[in-house]
Amino acid sequence: MKIPVSAIRLPTRPGREYESRFDREQSILKMLAIPIASIILASMVTTLPIFSAGPLLPPFGLLMFLSWRLMRPGLLPIWSGVPFGLMDDLFSGQPFGSAGLLWSLAMLVVEIIDSRAIWRDYLQDWLIAALLIIAVLVGGWWFAGLAHAAPKPEILFPQMLLSILLYPLVVRICARLDSWRLAT
Amino acid sequence: MAPPPHRRPGFSRKAQYGLFATYVVAIAGTIVAALLLTISVVDPTGFSALRAFGSEVTAPVARVINDARQSTQAITHNVSAYIDAASKNVALEKELKAHRSALIEARALHLENARLRGLLKIADEDAQQVAVGRLISSTASSTRRVATLSIGRNFGVERAQPVRGPAGLIGRVIETGPTTARVLLVTDSENLVPVMRASDGLPAFSSGLGNGLVLIKPLNLGESPFKVGDIIITSGNGGLYGANIPFARVIRKTSDGALGMPFADPANTPYAVVMKPYLGEARAAQQALAPDGETKEVAE
Repeated sequence: MKIPVSAIRLPTRPGREYESRFDREQSILKMLAIPIASIILASMVTTLPIFSAGPLLPPFGLLMFLSWRLMRPGLLPIWSGVPFGLMDDLFSGQPFGSAGLLWSLAMLVVEIIDSRAIWRDYLQDWLIAALLIIAVLVGGWWFAGLAHAAPKPEILFPQMLLSILLYPLVVRICARLDSWRLAT
Repeated sequence: MAPPPHRRPGFSRKAQYGLFATYVVAIAGTIVAALLLTISVVDPTGFSALRAFGSEVTAPVARVINDARQSTQAITHNVSAYIDAASKNVALEKELKAHRSALIEARALHLENARLRGLLKIADEDAQQVAVGRLISSTASSTRRVATLSIGRNFGVERAQPVRGPAGLIGRVIETGPTTARVLLVTDSENLVPVMRASDGLPAFSSGLGNGLVLIKPLNLGESPFKVGDIIITSGNGGLYGANIPFARVIRKTSDGALGMPFADPANTPYAVVMKPYLGEARAAQQALAPDGETKEVAE
């Protein structure tokens, strides 16, 4: 059965019913602020009262950062791993500079992959993200071990698994934020 | 997704140089981050001011959520208390009777102990508390086990003060901000605690494993003398952690020690007491006479 065209109501935002629907401009503030704010807020998740016996909470800042990078290549500049990583270091408890270095290296790795591969699809994105998450977690463990006594590396496995499985969810959140970012 | 168009800037010199500059900035930033990391590896307390700033900024939100979390925990606890209330009541009354006589004995022992100490003229510093706060967050995504405390320098909290909860030892303060402090939990690999077995005073050391358990190693070599269920308390050796603070229960015996589960669960502790370092005055007097690292060996 065909739906009559007159029955389809275009969604209008409350308060904007009388504004023109043509030639609207996207808000530049929203376009810039949403990716930055979402990554920093995701890094701040560790400051919520979440107590775990071992390292279990996925590094949400990293997941958000990787999903923005893989979903929207060219949005985040190549050097953006350093400032976002250093911001993450303030909240994660790792030695200061460890995420700054690791996220920046992850960014360069994705850049190299992008320069080699012509196309990436979602599964390849997930694979790239999974490998980078494992590398960053192991690197973070190693750097923490340089500065302080470190536990055995096996305790990272649950966190790795959880982070890799949660990556699709973070990508979906990221996609929702992106459509909000670009909405007029 | 196809590579973005910025990768091929065309014939524009300006665009080509711009793209090249971003690569230069990225490499330079990576090197700067590596340098910062080197500094923080060499001097782990170096960037504590920055981290304190981070926890100060986020502490208000953490405080509010923590309050909500604790009140919901109280609600579920109150509701579950009604289940099986009658049989629980009978069991508790039985237990109370048994404990009452033990308590009287303990009081008598306490008095006798005080009298004997008076005879021996042992000057014992009482463990004095500095301030009472709550744990508001932890480094749940890092391999380090550090928690944030809701009180800081404004309340007299300083570095190297032990922190305990009602159930047992939590850890020690490693960094302080104006209204927050960071506590190295006993389950962190770096935290060594001198402990002893409660039943016979067998001296041992505890170090964290990073997964919520502690490894307890006796000072004497040989086969592990521990049994599952042994109660471990702090011994007060070394003068940082006070003596006789409940510490852990042995849950598994290993070849040369035991695995213990700390009594204080940071997720579930209603408050955290910051205490003065045990025997801090004696340590200060010793440092005034012979500071660490500056004492020279006397040639004979």
